[in-house]
Amino acid sequence: MSIGTVFKRLMAERLAFFSFIFLMVLVIISIIAPFIVPYDPIEQDLMKVMASPSAQHWLGTDELGRDIFSRLLMGTKSAIQAGLFAILIPLCIGVPMGILSGYLGGVVDDIFMRIVDGIIAIPAILLALGITGALGISLWNAMIAIGIVFTPQFARLARGQTLQIRSEPYVEAAKISGAGAGWIMLKHIIPNIAPPIVVQASFNLSFAILVEASLSFLGMGAQSPQISWGNMIQQAYSMINMNAWMIVYPGLAIILTVLAGNFLGDGLRLALDPKYRKT
Amino acid sequence: MKQQPLVSLKDIKKHFPVGSGLFGKKNHFVKAVDGVSLDIYPGETVGLVGESGCGKSTTGRMVVGLSDPTGGEIYFEGKKLNEYKAKKSLGKNLQMIFQDPYSSLNPRMTVADIIAEPLVLHKVGTASERRKRVDELLERVGLASYHGNRYPIEFSGGQRQRLGIARALALQPKLIVCDEPVSALDVSIQAQILNLLKEIQNDMGLSYLFIAHGIQAVKHISDKIAVMYLGKIIEFANKEELFENPRHPYTKALLSAVPHPDPKMRNRERIILTGDLPSPANPPAGCSFHTRCPVAMEQCKRIDPNLLPTSKQSLTACLLFEDKVAN
Amino acid sequence: MSEKEEPLLEVKDLETFIPTSKGEIKPVNGVSFSINKGEIVALVGESGSGKSVSSLSIMGLNASAIQYSKDSSIAFKGKDLLKLKEKEMRKIRGNEVAMIFQDPMFSLNPVHPIGRQIAESIVLHKKVKYKEALVTALDLLNKVGIPDAKRRLNDYPHQLSGGMRQRVMIAMALACDPQLIIADEPTTALDVTIQAQILNLLRKLQQESGIAILLITHDLGVVAETADRVLVMYCGKIVEEGTVEDIFENPLHPYTRGLLASVPALYGPSKEKLDTIPGVVPNPLELPKGCNFVTRCSYATEKCSQNAPTLLEHPAGNMVACWNALEEEGGIGHYETAASSIT
Repeated sequence: MSIGTVFKRLMAERLAFFSFIFLMVLVIISIIAPFIVPYDPIEQDLMKVMASPSAQHWLGTDELGRDIFSRLLMGTKSAIQAGLFAILIPLCIGVPMGILSGYLGGVVDDIFMRIVDGIIAIPAILLALGITGALGISLWNAMIAIGIVFTPQFARLARGQTLQIRSEPYVEAAKISGAGAGWIMLKHIIPNIAPPIVVQASFNLSFAILVEASLSFLGMGAQSPQISWGNMIQQAYSMINMNAWMIVYPGLAIILTVLAGNFLGDGLRLALDPKYRKT
Repeated sequence: MKQQPLVSLKDIKKHFPVGSGLFGKKNHFVKAVDGVSLDIYPGETVGLVGESGCGKSTTGRMVVGLSDPTGGEIYFEGKKLNEYKAKKSLGKNLQMIFQDPYSSLNPRMTVADIIAEPLVLHKVGTASERRKRVDELLERVGLASYHGNRYPIEFSGGQRQRLGIARALALQPKLIVCDEPVSALDVSIQAQILNLLKEIQNDMGLSYLFIAHGIQAVKHISDKIAVMYLGKIIEFANKEELFENPRHPYTKALLSAVPHPDPKMRNRERIILTGDLPSPANPPAGCSFHTRCPVAMEQCKRIDPNLLPTSKQSLTACLLFEDKVAN
Repeated sequence: MSEKEEPLLEVKDLETFIPTSKGEIKPVNGVSFSINKGEIVALVGESGSGKSVSSLSIMGLNASAIQYSKDSSIAFKGKDLLKLKEKEMRKIRGNEVAMIFQDPMFSLNPVHPIGRQIAESIVLHKKVKYKEALVTALDLLNKVGIPDAKRRLNDYPHQLSGGMRQRVMIAMALACDPQLIIADEPTTALDVTIQAQILNLLRKLQQESGIAILLITHDLGVVAETADRVLVMYCGKIVEEGTVEDIFENPLHPYTRGLLASVPALYGPSKEKLDTIPGVVPNPLELPKGCNFVTRCSYATEKCSQNAPTLLEHPAGNMVACWNALEEEGGIGHYETAASSIT
């Protein structure tokens, strides 16, 4: 199937279609947010602390009088950056490791897989905290941490898929015709292991956004004045006795984004499965 | 008459290690192929028959270089196969057609890319020349050039097997190893593919090593047939000779076990072998067939017979035919 | 055919549907046949012919996506299996009708010894003590020709060869003295010397125990070797039916003829070129109007592409669904004059 057909099949799934649109809108917002926010999201207006939603402040203001809607828009940037960056690391490191491991086997496989085993042995959140702790607390470092946490599962997935593809007769046919390892990995293995990896990546995208929020909530991610849905929740949480609804907006944003990522993943899984026919 | 063989197998062996001991010491071997010698001449088809686990597929894979023999040597036009492999020029001369028409074509490549792959790897022609060649090949195997832009999933099993044949023909090889090329296909499609293979041979003069368990198909296409049992050739003869006058007791049993297409022949006398194929990890001593052989003698348990000429056009590995016993 | 006895199994107008987004597929499209007591009937066809769906219908094992038309009926000893509840069906399945599959590895439980598996199925169906059942299991293993059966009782399926596993499957099928065994490609996965053993065993069971067998296969050699009567299926319909001698000596339908001619000869000199059936089986969503075989038939006429022929008796004895076969030798003419003489 060509990329075009896959996309058409994906768009035929209603949930995946809306999720795709939703995520696309988020990506666009994350880029243009600074230009479209109605208020400066960090500008305090102590005259209007914790205002209720109104025509001026659609979602009201927080305890420092900052416009929540503007903050939510700006928070999109952290979420999307975190998500994309966090899956870029395993895609660029984990997947090649897995392919080389699976295709070459032997010592390469042993070394790479022991590294992976080592990473997996540490609980994910502990590892993320450890890495951010070591690199210094910042949103970027949190994202590097999340990326490293994800790397082993991508490496394992890529390795397993490669092991399967490498003994397919079409790979053997290429070998008979004189294809080397590079050709086989590029022309045969990568295109055929891509579908499960793309699916995995879309699930992990939403998970990364969740972890980013968690880290920011714990104070290990985005630091004020940087805005993240996670630290918005943290702030709202401290005000929960006075103003419970403040926590709802970033919470809802996280939930919707995570759901969209998962629906998109489900849709991709079906769209990429040549045996699946919509009935 | 003294023609040089195209491919010559000299006592090739493939022993797979199993169950490695402590510290990775390999202590046990499956003798998948255990001393096979065979010559294939230009333009002829040699059939390789035998039951599952007899080593016929492993032999074919060694011929195309997919698997390295653990003993013996394979020669192509008088030169060792390794020399071709070092220069990556093996695929120009030796190609393969696979059993499963579904997994032998990359589902993510277009048909044109699949067929052109050997050409690209050997840097033959420009992109447009290659496309022209692909069209010729598609036509040669009974498909049309517009099929080139499609993906394998759009084709039926028989059509996919045609695509596999087109790919194998791309570099105009001198020998094609056909590993069970029709056994996954429907009966009516099998005949189409067998006819196609024969036509191509008549046109191009190439040789086939035709590996199959379906004896009728092997008989139809082959000039000579080698029968394998537990990693060894036990009989090698001209087709006519083998079918009219099978000598080895296993060959006789194998031929007699094939269902007869005439229901009236149902009650013919048949040799029904008892028991199962012994495991190649633990083959019997002496003649490997003695455990199932209806005419086994005492010495068969000790002496492993050699493949010796039993007529001008046949070789048999059975003590019944070794002179010292016959006398 | 003698009409004295009621057939053991009578399939009438069996029609199945699978709704898909591109339209409805009919894997089996109006199939009627019967199996008498102690008879081996072969159901022959290529992939997509509907032979497996037909056999699974009898066992009530079809996927739930497959629906039956309301006229379909499968009468086993007079009882319509399609109308039975799952619980009642379960009593018949394994008791009176048993099934053997192509790959016994799927139907045997890998974590239990084979003796226990056979014995448990006997206990389940016959309500005897486990110890007695185990004795019966041993008898059965001996009956199907497993050497050293006593020791083998404790073997696990993976310890047996393909041929042995198929024997165990047959022993299991025999456990409850079925009257009908449905054997779906029972020897396709086996080597030819082992296939000969299994076919012999099936024939022996039929001759000694009077078990009827529905043998589903694509291998005409197996049919010639084993069957009493043959049904040839193509695209969901039976196109020819007859005794094994009639089908092999005097095939009438061009598809049957094509199938028989496309098998390379084992005896005598090889032909330079095999006869083939041109083209491919049509897509089930785009079946031709008229006769399903019209796209591949070299004798097809205008009539064939307009009207679908029905399965009718030919003077030669076979039942055949082909306008040409019925017209030549006064076949359809005979039928038409008979009809016109009535009017």
